[in-house]
Amino acid sequence: MSDELSRTPLYDLHVELGARMVPFAGWEMPVQYSGIIEEHLAVRNKAGLFDVSHMGEARVRGKDAAAFLDAIMTNEFSSLQPNHARYTIMCYPDGGCVDDLIIYRIFKDEFLICLNASNAAKDIAWMNSQVGNWDVQIIDECSQWAQLALQGPFAEKILSSLTDLKLDTLKRFAFVIGEVAGAPNCIVARTGYTGSPGFEIYVPAAQGSAVARAILEKGKPDGLLPIGLGARDSLRLEAGYPLYGHELSEKISPIQAGLSWTVKFSKPQFIGRDSLLRQTEKGVVSKVMIYSLNDRRIARPGATVFSGDQAVGEILSGTLSPVLNKPIGTALVASGINPDTLTVDIRGTRLPLQITQIPFFK
Amino acid sequence: MSNVPSNLHYTKDHEWVKVEGDGTVTVGITDYAQAALGDVTFIDLPKVGKQLESADVFGTVESVKAASDLYSPVSGEVIAINSSLNDTPDLVNREPYEKAWMIKIKLKSAAELDKLLDSSSYQSLL
Repeated sequence: MSDELSRTPLYDLHVELGARMVPFAGWEMPVQYSGIIEEHLAVRNKAGLFDVSHMGEARVRGKDAAAFLDAIMTNEFSSLQPNHARYTIMCYPDGGCVDDLIIYRIFKDEFLICLNASNAAKDIAWMNSQVGNWDVQIIDECSQWAQLALQGPFAEKILSSLTDLKLDTLKRFAFVIGEVAGAPNCIVARTGYTGSPGFEIYVPAAQGSAVARAILEKGKPDGLLPIGLGARDSLRLEAGYPLYGHELSEKISPIQAGLSWTVKFSKPQFIGRDSLLRQTEKGVVSKVMIYSLNDRRIARPGATVFSGDQAVGEILSGTLSPVLNKPIGTALVASGINPDTLTVDIRGTRLPLQITQIPFFK
Repeated sequence: MSNVPSNLHYTKDHEWVKVEGDGTVTVGITDYAQAALGDVTFIDLPKVGKQLESADVFGTVESVKAASDLYSPVSGEVIAINSSLNDTPDLVNREPYEKAWMIKIKLKSAAELDKLLDSSSYQSLL
């Protein structure tokens, strides 16, 4: 990977808006504009616009496209209807994760895959290495798309005023293709990474900035704000969504991450099936837990988790939940430990972890 | 642009120091520092009576993004802490030079004040 940071088609807009730009996964991205907490609350209460153009895209096309995806993904794609999307994990044979993905069925024989920015090149290389005799073509479209996420209770009202696409009947994880704010061939999906209602919009790269400006302008009266990566992280943690490299990795399987629902053992074969089945039947060595702290201090990734004097795990993610007004996050904890005994070491102070089964925001 | 009041002294670690003229100083963090930290969520301050040497860590300021140590600009005894920051740490973001003062120190040696930066020297670091 080169040291040169990539810029999204919205780079100039971020600078104009006064964003603080930081390096992220090889990209120069806005971490915040007005402030993480203010931006977070705008998404929960009004609306927010995210530039997620750093995410990668790959098209999988060919007679065997659905069967190929069934063979390399944990979830099932032969049963997915066109104009619908599905979340999945792509695993190695040992059950570790190559990446977590959303896959859109465009036509019967054509899918568009959304890739994590840090994994895009690795994912495409991995998929190519698995093609074998399947009749599929994998096309790298990473540089062809700008991706915007419009999230929050007013998202539908704002987007409806910029497109003739029918959004009110669009179900969760369904998508339509058409013109948005004058840009043709946009993919508008009712998906998101915040827990609030909203859309993810794929815009041809050249029109990305113009569409973002139109949305910001149209949403201003409703309190729409541009949202950076800082609030993207606190929003996804409140909603309980994993982030690759934290709750999922080459070392943390979907079973450990609590994502068994994405693993379809009903399929006779797929990469990782044997390992994941063994983990399901025999149990996992450690698993991801969601916690909150009754404190103001935030537990940072890598902080040690204890049960009594025994180190039993580590923090994977940590932030402040602006909705709960307390620190939340995730930890990887050895199996068989009583969750009521868990503490985290924050700079020499042990604080009790309040473990919860359900996300903080639904 | 960061606000750097001309009546205060500064350190390269982005603390400000107000010389009260009675052998004490008041210490906080600068507008530049609060902007770089982002939303402040927690501030850990020392107990009154603590003896500090210049450049000792006297506390921690934590934002959504990161935790940063606070360094004492001078040597002396902590004679007061701003306990209102326990409940409203975001004062640091809103009024870094006024309401969000952090500690008051009784100076061990007034000569240490000469090592502090004036506003124009501090401004030139930003």
